[in-house]
Amino acid sequence: MIYNKPDALSDLSTHYCPGCTHGIIHKLIAAALDELDCEGRTIGIAPVGCAVMAYDYFNCDMIEAAHGRAPAVATGVKRNLPEHVVFTYQGDGDLAAIGLTETVHAAARGELITIIFVNNAIYGMTGGQMAPTSLPGQITQTTPFGRDVQHAGYPIHICEMLSTLDGAALVERVSMDSIPNIAKAQKAIKKAFTYQIQKKGFSIVEVLSSCPTNWGVTPVEALQWIRDKMMPYYPLGVFKDIGEKQNHETN
Amino acid sequence: MNTKLLMKGNEALAEAAIRCGCKSYFGYPITPQTEIAAYMAKRMPKAGGVYLQAESEISAINMVYGAAAAGIRSMTSSSSPGISLKTEGISYLIGADLPCVIVNVMRGGPGLGGIQPSQSDYWQATRAPGHGDGHLLVLAPAGIQEMVDLTYLAFDLADEYRMPVMILADGILGQMMEPVEFPQQEPKYVPKPWATNGHQKNREHNIVNSLCLNPAELEQSIQKRFLRYQQIAQTQVRYQAYDTEDAKIVVVAYGATARIALAAVRQARKQGIEAGLIRPITLWPFPKEVLLQLAKQVESFLCVEMSMGQMLEDVQLAVNGRCPIYFFGHTGGVVPTPDEIVREILQISGGKNDDL
Repeated sequence: MIYNKPDALSDLSTHYCPGCTHGIIHKLIAAALDELDCEGRTIGIAPVGCAVMAYDYFNCDMIEAAHGRAPAVATGVKRNLPEHVVFTYQGDGDLAAIGLTETVHAAARGELITIIFVNNAIYGMTGGQMAPTSLPGQITQTTPFGRDVQHAGYPIHICEMLSTLDGAALVERVSMDSIPNIAKAQKAIKKAFTYQIQKKGFSIVEVLSSCPTNWGVTPVEALQWIRDKMMPYYPLGVFKDIGEKQNHETN
Repeated sequence: MNTKLLMKGNEALAEAAIRCGCKSYFGYPITPQTEIAAYMAKRMPKAGGVYLQAESEISAINMVYGAAAAGIRSMTSSSSPGISLKTEGISYLIGADLPCVIVNVMRGGPGLGGIQPSQSDYWQATRAPGHGDGHLLVLAPAGIQEMVDLTYLAFDLADEYRMPVMILADGILGQMMEPVEFPQQEPKYVPKPWATNGHQKNREHNIVNSLCLNPAELEQSIQKRFLRYQQIAQTQVRYQAYDTEDAKIVVVAYGATARIALAAVRQARKQGIEAGLIRPITLWPFPKEVLLQLAKQVESFLCVEMSMGQMLEDVQLAVNGRCPIYFFGHTGGVVPTPDEIVREILQISGGKNDDL
């Protein structure tokens, strides 16, 4: 077996910082599109945030959405092209702050889209401010003394929340911290797309990702930080999986 | 087929949209436009299209953004406060050069305002439909038949120029019933090679986008868009003139207000005043040229609106100081009466008529 770059991934070098795991997540998505042989009928929706230029990195058709609105844009595409594959790629600010409404309602409608939710507990592109998923006590540019939950409130557990909605078919949290976890993430992402193609319902894969630049640590330390800090607060696992039996239309 | 039907403005507009190829409607309830959504909910599935009630106006316009990007004729509608929420999406539609139709059935503002008819979103529609350099093509119907006809036109123009088109109606037009005929005209579909509808490995991937981090490139793309605007300004100006040939005073009014103003102009004529009316149909591009020409002939203009005077500024820009421009308006949902307008006309024309 020869290791190849997935066909659905473009030849451009990404603009991501050294040690950031966005690039790996892109590759996992592209690999899933290859394996399911659906690049030609896939439309991806890029967010606002670090992955704003993700539209250049995938070879499928791409749309750049307004901040947080990707699930609504995806809905507009999917409802009109129901046999196509539609995914959004969103960060924690995009999905869990400004776009929370769009996210929750897309899930509630059982929208047949797949969301890849990259959670690195910080706003990367604007230079390291508090995200809705920043951990209690986490130092960011806008929580210089650490996130004080009495003042700034508590982080949002997206998977736990969305798993309560009937429209969701697959809700899973994975991590980029290690090779075994990356392998699990690959399976989860492929499963999410498969569920979409099988019209089972809404699917989301939350990916715990690193941000060495804004966390102020080395890339290796960042992976350890995911394990030490993020995984205890955001446990990995499957929060909802309607399985093989059901699909959205017969719910 | 070409029978006359008695229809409410909102419903006639929705039916027209379906008949001219709108395959996708996303909305959110708000008075006084909700009948558009209700009609679409009932009719669209039978017409083989998509109807979806969004969770907000913001989501609705972004669903339109997605549908338009996929190359589908799509539409959303709302009323004033809801349009404010859509302005973010409108800016992105402009920036990504996406065609779609946005309907605003105006009510009183600002804020939550009221639910009675108004024309106080003129500035928003023509000046600042969202952030950044850009325009909407803005069409202003004045009757239910025109709600139908301009809907056909709106979809065609949106596709032709790859831009969002707004139908700027008001609560009177939305709620009023009149007999209408649906034209037997074929939609002017244009190829959309830019659409993100899946390349099927037959072409390069398409990207729909409004981001451009290189200032020189962004400037260039905006300049290119403005060349298109220039072409629109030269070819798409629409207005209707009534009794202007010998007019000494010309009333300028659009939408439902123009209907009231026309009654006033005719009443003034009966009283010996040489009055006329210009009714802009396109608010952007605004019919500047006809007003400039009339400015050489008339003694004065009277601008009448259901606002504190917004289109007034376009009239002033067009007339450019050549003769006096008066304004009369009501706002907040109060509708001007023909008698009030006649009184203004008489006063401006130096006539005295205390009987009115």
